[in-house]
Amino acid sequence: MKKQSIEQLQKTCTQLRRDVLRMVHAVQSGHPGAPLGCAEFFVALYFDQLRHNPDFKMDGKGEDIFFLSNGHLSAGWYSVLARSGYFPVSELKTFRKLNSRLQGHPATHEHLPGIRIASGSLGQGLSVALGAAQAKKIDQDDKLVYILMGDGELQEGQVWEAAMYAAHHKVDNLIATVDYNGQQIDGPTKKIMDLMNLKAKWEAFGWEVNEIKEGNDMKSVLEGLEKAKALTGKGKPVLNLLYTEMGYGVDFMVGTHKWHGSPPNDEQLAQALGQLEETLGDY
Amino acid sequence: MSLDLKFTYTEKKDTRSGFGDGFLEAGRKNPNVVGLCADLIGSLKMGDFQKEFPDRFFQTGIAEANMIGISAGLAIGGKIPFAGTFANFATGRVYDQIRQSVAYSDKNVKICASHAGLTLGEDGATHQILEDLGMMKMLPHMTVINPCDYNQTKAATLAIAEYEGPVYLRFGRPSWPIFTPADQKFEIGKAWKMIDGKDVTIFATGHLVWEAVVAEAMLREEGIHAEVINIHTIKPLDEAAILESVKKTGCAVSAEEHQINGGLGDSIAQVLSRHHPSPLEYVGVNDSFGESGTPTELLEKYGLNAENIVKAAKRALARK
Ligand SMILES: Cc1ncc(C[n+]2csc(CCOP(=O)(O)OP(=O)(O)O)c2C)c(N)n1
Ligand SMILES: [Mg+2]
Repeated sequence: MKKQSIEQLQKTCTQLRRDVLRMVHAVQSGHPGAPLGCAEFFVALYFDQLRHNPDFKMDGKGEDIFFLSNGHLSAGWYSVLARSGYFPVSELKTFRKLNSRLQGHPATHEHLPGIRIASGSLGQGLSVALGAAQAKKIDQDDKLVYILMGDGELQEGQVWEAAMYAAHHKVDNLIATVDYNGQQIDGPTKKIMDLMNLKAKWEAFGWEVNEIKEGNDMKSVLEGLEKAKALTGKGKPVLNLLYTEMGYGVDFMVGTHKWHGSPPNDEQLAQALGQLEETLGDY
Repeated sequence: MSLDLKFTYTEKKDTRSGFGDGFLEAGRKNPNVVGLCADLIGSLKMGDFQKEFPDRFFQTGIAEANMIGISAGLAIGGKIPFAGTFANFATGRVYDQIRQSVAYSDKNVKICASHAGLTLGEDGATHQILEDLGMMKMLPHMTVINPCDYNQTKAATLAIAEYEGPVYLRFGRPSWPIFTPADQKFEIGKAWKMIDGKDVTIFATGHLVWEAVVAEAMLREEGIHAEVINIHTIKPLDEAAILESVKKTGCAVSAEEHQINGGLGDSIAQVLSRHHPSPLEYVGVNDSFGESGTPTELLEKYGLNAENIVKAAKRALARK
């Protein structure tokens, strides 16, 4: 894929946000908040960083591969997969409907290109990514494995089993990213179960931590992901702490857990879309 | 007084050793076979493989959930992971991980579960899982295998390495008669009629297949001719073999080292009630946990030995 300019990438982010809002609105269900906040990450990854082939193969040999552990971000992931050529953009309209390949949470069962593991039950993705990374090592495949997790998701114990394992086994062909939006279902993470000093925690587990302080600024996300890539291959797993705002891009949705899992009504949708210009054509 | 047994043995061994030896052989045959274990390499007999293929073996520490996830990831990369731990920690502890990352995601992961059932012995009920077959057979896509002795476990281990899809392989700790042939071919999903009979069918799985062989000889002394069928694959269940036998004998007994609820007997009852309603008696654990003791003592106390199979066969016969 040819590298795109920052302006082009930003336009794709706007379209992804429109897709997400329209998708969850259409079925009056799903999770808009976090994918709005991760638009820059998804687009930077799929349109700039990944060395990948939309002609999808499950084993991902010779390619960078990505796993979504926080499966409720499915609307955002489906949009970026479609927009980068994995399946027709028109299929986004089937999201969460009967007989769709676009299940509420990502699944392999319906064979949607781009998906290698089901997610939705939180806390499992990092372990899966570790296995995939070690399979690459066995095969002397020098490509990378990426994975995105939520910050609330880090409350699951399995994440820390995986964190310990990754450093012990020197899985240094892995770049994990935490969507550090400070929100989860019942409220801000600080109130629900304080994650405290995340950077220090991951460092104590033996990881190289790379902070991306402006997770909703395309330039800084691109630079952050480049830096993460440069940190691989040095004997340590790499973690991006990606500071984002849940609901970013829509003024009445930003910065609150209230839009974690609630779809906008007709009026709210119109108001939100009014703030997001149609750039690549709606599905 | 010695019984006239249709199958005999000269040696006893644990089924987990059959797994360990089969695993090593599978590793030699196929470079994609890899192993994982959660701090129980010695107990699972995975040490020889680890020694021979250190780059294809992963110690996960005491972190079973992570081990299941890593296995799914290795399978994505085209590897054939054998993940080993005690049956309790290989199922109940990681049910959601198996459900989402392995079964629903259709990953070619082999869950290798040792120390299943009461015959684990002295460690007691915390470790004696009696619900694992039920949990695993309920999962869509999952194949569930419970072999009966060292030879059959080894053959099953080799067979699942060649089969594409998620498998739960259950085996155990006690030294047990080796009464099936060393050169057997293991066909997943195909029941094995070990002894022909006409009066009652005994469907047995795991360690209780041996008890069924003993029970058959005891029944024969009383003039009752039992058919013994070795159900090493709980799922997919060989419905045709079950129906063919019960249509002939007219009644049956199921025998397993597992809860009656959700076990092999439940699966057989479902087949019979749908296609050929017939009396069925259950030999299994009746809604209780186990406890410490020797394997033999426990099988006796919980009603899982040959004597109990004989009694159950007579109850079934009386209901014909
Ligand atoms: C194992 C598990 N427990 C609970 C849930 C329900 N759940 C879905 S998303 C979520 C909050 C996750 O928080 P975070 O990872 O911060 O995601 P965000 O709210 O930022 O999108 C919860 C509790 C789940 N999906 N999986
Ligand atoms: Mg969050």
